[in-house]
Amino acid sequence: MKTPATPSKPPVAAFELRLYVAGHTSKSVAALTNLRRICEVHLAGQYRIEVIDLLKTPQLAAGDQILAVPTLVRRLPHPIKKIIGDLSNEESVLVGLDVQPVQP
Amino acid sequence: MKRKAKPAAPAQTLPKTLTGIQGLDEITLGGLPQGRPTLVCGGAGCGKTMLALEFLIRGAMKYGEPGVCMMFEESASELAANVRSLGFDLDKLVAQKKIVLDHVHIERSEFEETGEYNLDGLFIRLGHAIDSIGAKRVVLDTIEALFAGLPNHSILRAELRRLFRWLKDRGVTAVITGERGDSSVTRYGLEEYVADCVIILDHRVEEQISTRLLRVLKYRGTTHGMNEYPFLISAHGISVLPITSLRLDHEAPTQRLSTGVARLDEMLGGKGVFRGSSVLISGTPGTGKSSIAAKFVEAACQRGERALLFAYEESAAQIVRNMRSIGIDLDKHVQRGLLQIHSSRPTLQGLEQHLVMMHDAVCEFRPSVVAVDPISNLSFETNESAVKPTLMRLIDFLKQRQITAFFTSLTTGGGLRSSPEDSQIGVSSLMDVWLLLRNSELNGEHNRTLYVLKARGMSHSNQVREFLLSDAGIDLVDVYVGAAGVLTGSTREMQEAQELAASTLRGQNHERKLRQLAGKRKAIEAQIAMLQAESDAEGAEVNFVIAQERLQEKDALQNSKELAALRSGKGGSRPTRKNS
Repeated sequence: MKTPATPSKPPVAAFELRLYVAGHTSKSVAALTNLRRICEVHLAGQYRIEVIDLLKTPQLAAGDQILAVPTLVRRLPHPIKKIIGDLSNEESVLVGLDVQPVQP
Repeated sequence: MKRKAKPAAPAQTLPKTLTGIQGLDEITLGGLPQGRPTLVCGGAGCGKTMLALEFLIRGAMKYGEPGVCMMFEESASELAANVRSLGFDLDKLVAQKKIVLDHVHIERSEFEETGEYNLDGLFIRLGHAIDSIGAKRVVLDTIEALFAGLPNHSILRAELRRLFRWLKDRGVTAVITGERGDSSVTRYGLEEYVADCVIILDHRVEEQISTRLLRVLKYRGTTHGMNEYPFLISAHGISVLPITSLRLDHEAPTQRLSTGVARLDEMLGGKGVFRGSSVLISGTPGTGKSSIAAKFVEAACQRGERALLFAYEESAAQIVRNMRSIGIDLDKHVQRGLLQIHSSRPTLQGLEQHLVMMHDAVCEFRPSVVAVDPISNLSFETNESAVKPTLMRLIDFLKQRQITAFFTSLTTGGGLRSSPEDSQIGVSSLMDVWLLLRNSELNGEHNRTLYVLKARGMSHSNQVREFLLSDAGIDLVDVYVGAAGVLTGSTREMQEAQELAASTLRGQNHERKLRQLAGKRKAIEAQIAMLQAESDAEGAEVNFVIAQERLQEKDALQNSKELAALRSGKGGSRPTRKNS
């Protein structure tokens, strides 16, 4: 279980994200890469990402009702939201996370 | 849709896993295919989940095979509550690590889809659950719920195919439930993926009676019962009624039981009916069916056996009161605990529930005699085809326990116009003995007649008997059969009196005729005597005349001699004349 927290504002992250993957597949790598990119652009300094590999901790799958992998769970702020897929579509990830896109 | 079945080696039998569900293992000849998925589909409320869960629970309890249930619709607590009504303690099994429940909850509104994904999460969860208790059985309860939760069906279908493959590789015997579709077996075509065994459940309401039906649509590589089988969900779980696959192998006791009516026993070869046989009494209203049934029950109680009476017309108290009027005291036996009367309205519940009730009551009370009064009420007199399987099941069940069954049946439109034999064609073939009661109306009187229509395995009377109900009980008398037809009641008595009078009269007539004859004979004899006397007299006369004539002739000769002598001059004395 690796927890690459972002450098900015470690005490309280507004967005607590959890990414469930199953092993080191191309999809999980792509999902993590996409997520990091999107967060850096739109949620810089307000997020924390936790990656859970279900192959290592299968018992965690039931807790968040995980079926599909990769699944991104927005644990905070409430309510819980889930995004399944490799997060390749930035727009729908932002919609799913309920985040106002930062205009470049 | 169906993949081509590989030619199965006939000698090799497919390994099967017993479900433990009553009747289902008989139909499938040994259970579900071992290590393979089975699809159970049907409409809402037809018992899919119950069947799947019972498979799991029986496996855990009876066969030592732990199981995993993955529910997509109900939560673990809901499920436990549901099966508690069947007498299963799911929580306990979970605590004993014999069963793992995993509720998969998918809320469409919580999901957002972006890009590629697969269902490894589900596989991992399931795999983890299987590994945690070493499960041999898996239930996926309505996996089709995923179709509503996950928008990308092409991914889902590919993943389901992979899932079933994966289940096979894991070697678990799986039951997958699916919703019945309009045109296909399941709404989302799950049968495409589960090709080994497909069971269809149905729930039909006909004539306001609901019946649950089960059918094995396909079972690759093995034979199985093809028909639709009614099944019940009772307090003891699911019970499938394998009517046609049931082996007719119950024993045939030779012991005979009295029906309680001595003359009726006499008609049945003098000994009554066989133990464990089924007896049908049919007749039009008011012919005394219930009374015979009550008598039969009473006879059993008097032998010290237990009897069970299912009444669908009268309450228990009413039966006791009414039967007392014909000298049958049922209350005594109820008090002694030998007799139980179960009264209920047929409309109270469906046919299958009635059967379940009977089943439970028989199992609990263990009677040696069961009477059902009447069975015709259960079918509302409309649909015999519905009551027949139920009855067949009931009869088979009773026969296997060597319980003698007595059924009454109301025939409709009876009387003398239509033949009452026609009205019970459906159920009569199940019966070993069939007694027919009829009302015959003559000269403003209704009289009951009884005859034995059939009695398997015993010589029986072909006679119609008059059936009498009085406060002294039930009796049968010979009817009058004569030139005027079959007569009963007062007509019979009248006819018998007439017969007697006529025969007395005839007797007197004969005597008179004999006397006349004797008189005539005497007269003739007298006449003969007279004629004889006459002829004797005539004979005497003739003799006299002859004698006279001879005398005269002699005289004449004498005279002529004398004359001659006189003429010659030798005269002597004068000739004297003899007088006769």
